[in-house]
This record gives sequence, structure tokens and C-alpha cells, in this order.
Amino acid sequence: MKRLTSTGIVYLIFAMSLVVGAILTAGEGRNFFSTGNIQSILTDTSILGFIAIGQTLVILAGSLDLSVPYVVSLSSLVGGGMMAGQSGNIVPAVLAALAVAALIGLANGLVVSFLHVHGFIATLGIGLIVNGYLASNYQGSHGSAPRDFRLLGATYVGPIPLSTLIMLGAAVLAIVILRLTRVGHHLYAVGGSPDVARLSGLRTSVPVIVAHVLCSLLAGLAGLLLLARLSVGSPTIGSQGNYDLMSIAAVVLGGTLLAGGKGNIVGTLAGVGIFAVMNNVMGVMEVKPFLKDVIRGLVIVLAVALYARREIQRRPARFEKPSLLQEAR
Amino acid sequence: MSNLTAPLTSGRPPLAGHQASLGRRILAGSATPGGAVFVLVAILVVAIIIANPNFGEPGQLIRFAGRTAPIAIAAMGQYYVIVSGEFDLSMGAVIATQVVMAGNLIGDDKDKMFPVMALMLLVGAAIGLFNGLVNTLLKVPSFIVTLGTMLALGGLVNYLTGGAATGNPVDEFRQIGRGSIQDVPIIEVIPYPLIILAVLSVLATWLMRRPFGRSLIAAGDNPDSARLAGVSLWWLKTRAFMISSLSATIAGIVLVGYAGVHPEVGRGYEFAAITAVVLGGVLLGGGRGWVLSAAAGAFALELLFVLLTSLDVDSTWRDSVQGLIIILAVAASARAWQLGRTRKTAQPTPASGSTGGTTTGEQ
Repeated sequence: MKRLTSTGIVYLIFAMSLVVGAILTAGEGRNFFSTGNIQSILTDTSILGFIAIGQTLVILAGSLDLSVPYVVSLSSLVGGGMMAGQSGNIVPAVLAALAVAALIGLANGLVVSFLHVHGFIATLGIGLIVNGYLASNYQGSHGSAPRDFRLLGATYVGPIPLSTLIMLGAAVLAIVILRLTRVGHHLYAVGGSPDVARLSGLRTSVPVIVAHVLCSLLAGLAGLLLLARLSVGSPTIGSQGNYDLMSIAAVVLGGTLLAGGKGNIVGTLAGVGIFAVMNNVMGVMEVKPFLKDVIRGLVIVLAVALYARREIQRRPARFEKPSLLQEAR
Repeated sequence: MSNLTAPLTSGRPPLAGHQASLGRRILAGSATPGGAVFVLVAILVVAIIIANPNFGEPGQLIRFAGRTAPIAIAAMGQYYVIVSGEFDLSMGAVIATQVVMAGNLIGDDKDKMFPVMALMLLVGAAIGLFNGLVNTLLKVPSFIVTLGTMLALGGLVNYLTGGAATGNPVDEFRQIGRGSIQDVPIIEVIPYPLIILAVLSVLATWLMRRPFGRSLIAAGDNPDSARLAGVSLWWLKTRAFMISSLSATIAGIVLVGYAGVHPEVGRGYEFAAITAVVLGGVLLGGGRGWVLSAAAGAFALELLFVLLTSLDVDSTWRDSVQGLIIILAVAASARAWQLGRTRKTAQPTPASGSTGGTTTGEQ
């Protein structure tokens, strides 16, 4: 009998959350699978999805990114400020926002890999630096998105929001990077054991920096998406969303080891999905906002507890020959 | 003959570094990240006094120390968790819980003060026990457990209070955080929080020299070898989490005096405490660092803010400066710990020559 992989368990939990969600929603006299509800769940996944994909890359490389909320805010402000309501400015504004985000990611990566600062502190520090800039230069919402750009948040392809499709595109891209490119394989190697990776002749800084840059880029995309939805940039939009901790929770929920080196994007997407379904059901049931946090906290701990124990203990036996595909999962 | 056997029976030959004179050892100690933070504190105090001479008055200094005590207490608690290789993100939520509990359960009744304080400590220990058991027995990463505790407790407290300030404990209780011994010569007052901090520092130092503390550092450095050496890892780490939550409880008791009863009181304390610990040269990931350096890290952090205020730096830039400082401090200490390590591992190679040298001691 084949044992369930951690990704399998995550999807089982995801399916369970769908069933429970459908039952609870039906209890309120509403249809969980109505197009409107599905759309709202999918929309809810896109922002956290972008960030969690990036966070997965960083965590796989053995680091962490706590600077994402500030990158989200900054990119929404830079984008909104440069667009200033003009459709012609969309392309330069998007490029500028992403460039700023990539720069912050580069700073994170350089500090982590060359100054040997733990990812937790490095990104917390860089995040604080960005936050100081935000607080000093922006008092309130700033800039405005033209109508063409706002369509990004309001367009649907069939029942699926365009933003979710872009997020899934980013996920596919990340999977391709992890599975098929050299830097992707090096990412797993460095995350698993930096020393072994270095002794095997890898330049350990490269995957770490690439992961941080990609993570910040994706956070920048999330910021632009928020700009498209809200039509103004805001200096607190990122920290309000608690995106740093929630994205890490989604990644770990998705079966990725927090210590790095083991995990995948597909699991993360399920983690994000679980959060979205949970939010949706709690919204339908009109749970008080503060109680939502209580439920979120308990679900995170319980869900991770379901498989964390066996996950750590299950090391592949040295002389068994696990197939390559199974290992990659 | 007896000269020769004496050092052998003591089990381990004395380390060269332990035999130097006191002054030398202090000098060598201040070159380590854990010692450098005390130098940093001294430099910051001098810098602040230059920028604002009023701060140098003993009365001012002692009041500042009293104000900083709760965060130093929290940092010392966080130290136990970090040195064992884990995180405690639930600290701020624990403080908020305790503050709100104190506000609503004590009320105007002076007689309830001690029973409620006992209950608060019990709740603190229970939260730590939960964090520790889920982390060690269910193998959930501490980051996730304590994040969950943080969300759940924070949400619960906000839900019960409606997010607003509620309840006001009797004045005697607030005196714990606010009061002080009056009419002391030279320093004018001794704030109660400072006394609590001093007692806890002594306790913490003693605890770190006990088998518990030694095994905690060993477990943080290399859990596998600690386990093979017979340490029961789950109970060890669970106790570390309990100490962390208990210290958050005490910080909460002190904070009631300063900040009153509001569910936002503990906000950000977990990151402040972790920053203080790291600033104190304690290695994230565990195994290295000194408990008093964590407290000194808290003082360094608060002094930094005072310095920025007295230099008229815009308060909005405080975050940026804090971010820059912690990165630089950790980069410097990472380098220092690394240097210490490479020297040690490099030792055996020169021993193949005939010298042995004075620093290598025995061979």
C-alpha cells in the first residue's frame, strides 16, 4: 500500500475543509458552490497565493521573508503614484513597482547570504527599514489606478478571476523553476544542508538570492493587484493583511519544512485554499472578526499537527531505492 | 606523581582561557557578541548623555531602567526558547491576556490581588505548557505553534474586551509596575520593576548554570547529540516555553502599572523581545549566548530609541534605524561566532607539529 505523501494529506484536509464549508454554508441556507461564492473564494486566494508562492521558494532555500507586507505596501504606493490615473502610465508604473520590489529582495538575499544574518532577522530588519521609509513619506493613501488597470481586479475568465489565473501562472512558473532548472535543484540542496551543498561545489548564495528576489517580486505583484482592487496605494495595506505570518503559515500548512529543503508549491496552493475556504465560510456565518483569528490560530496548529510528527520521522531508508519521482514530491 | 594525577582525575583539563586574570577574561568576554552588547549599552549611554546631559542624572537613569524592565524581563524569557533553538511568537498575546485578566478579575478588590496573580501565573504556565507540548510531542514547528497561540489568544482577548480598554485593577496592584522605594540617597528612587528584574536576573543566571541550563544550550546546539547524551528533549524544551510564557506574565503584571489595561498593551512585544535577544548576541537557531546579554540587548534597544529621540530624529524613521542596527549587530556577531568556531576546528592541524604552543594548553 502506498503511503500518503504530505501533499496528499494537505489535499485531503483541503477536501475536508470544502465538505465542512459546504455543510456549514448550507446550514446558513446558502449555496457554497454558487458561482458568486466560488468567485469570491478564488479572488481571496490570489493575493495570499502570490505571497505564499514566493514564501515557499524562500523557505525551501532555508530562509524566511518577513518583509513581504512592507514590499506589498511599497509596490502599491509606487505603482499608484506613477500611474496617477493615466492609462498610458500603466506599463512604466508596473515595471517601476516590480523593480523596487526586486531591489528589496536583492537586499534581503545579499544580507542573508553574504552577511550570514539569519533570514528571520535580515528580512525583519529590511522590512523595518522599508516601513520607516513608508511612515516618513506617505501619510495616507496615495496615487490612483486608472480604469484600465482596475479591470485587472474585476475581469473574469469564465467563473475564474483573472487575478487568480495570473497567480496560478506564477505557480506553474515557480514549479518549472523548482523542477526543471539548475537553480531550482540547487535551491533544494542549499535548503536541505548549506554545508553539504557548498562542499558539493555549489555557489550557495545564488539560489538564496534568486529565491529572495522572486519572493519580493511576487509580493510586488500582490501589491499591484491590491492597487487594482482598491484603486489607491496605501502604506499600511500590507501590514494590515498580516501577510508575513499568514503566508508562512500557508507554506507550512502546505507541507513544506520550515527548516528548508523539503516541500513544494502544489502543497502551498492547497494551504492557501484552506485559508480562503475558512475565510469564506466564516464570512458567510458572520463570525465576529476577532473570533476569526481564534479559529485561524487553532486550525493552523491542528492542521500542521496532523502530519508534522510523521513527516519529520519519516526519513527515506538509506538502502531502499525510492523512485526519483516520489522523492521530488 | 600526585601533581600529575590531580588534573587527570578532575576529568577535564582546565581551559587556557579560564585561567587568565579577571581583567583579561572580561576583556576577552567583551570581544564576544554576548559581551559586546554591554559595551554597546555603555557607548549608547555616553552618546545620549552627550546629546542630552539631563539623562545622565542618576534619578533619570534609574527611572529609565525601571521603564525598560518589562521588556528586559520578556527578553530573558524569550532567551530560554531561542537558545534551545525555537521561537516564541505568542509573547505579546500572553502579555495582553494577562493584562486584561488582571484588569477584569482584580477590579477594586485588594484582597483578590494575590489569588488572581497566582491564577495569572498558572495561566501563563499553562500556555507555555501547551506551546511546548505541541512543539515537542506533535513536532509542530515552534514558529507555527506560537503563531497559532498568538492568533488565538489575541483574538480571544480582543473578542472578550471588544478591542477597547476595560477594567481597572486596584491601585496597589498597579504600584507593582509604577511604584518605587522613595528617598534613596543618590539615585532618589528604586523602581519596583527594577528590583523584580534584578531578582529574575539572578534566578536566570543560576538556572543557566544548573544542569537544566547546560542541557538547554546543548540541545540548542545539537539536539541529536543532546538526546544521545540522555537529555529528555521534550520536557527540556517544554520547560523553556513555560519560562517564556511566565516571564511574559510577569512583564504583563509590570506593564499594567505603566500602560493600563488594554488588549493592545503587549502588541509587538514578541518581535521586540526577539530583537533584544538577538542584539544580545544570542544565536538564532540556538546553542550560543548568555542570558544576561539578552537583558542587556533590551536595554540597548531602548537606549537606541532614547538616543534617536534626543537627536530629534523623526519618530517615523525609528523603524528604519532599528532595522539597520539589528542587521548590523547580527552580522557582526555572526562573524564573531564564526571566527570563534574556525579557530577551534583549526586547532588540531598545528598540533601535528611539535610545538603545542601556550594557547592550545594540553595536547
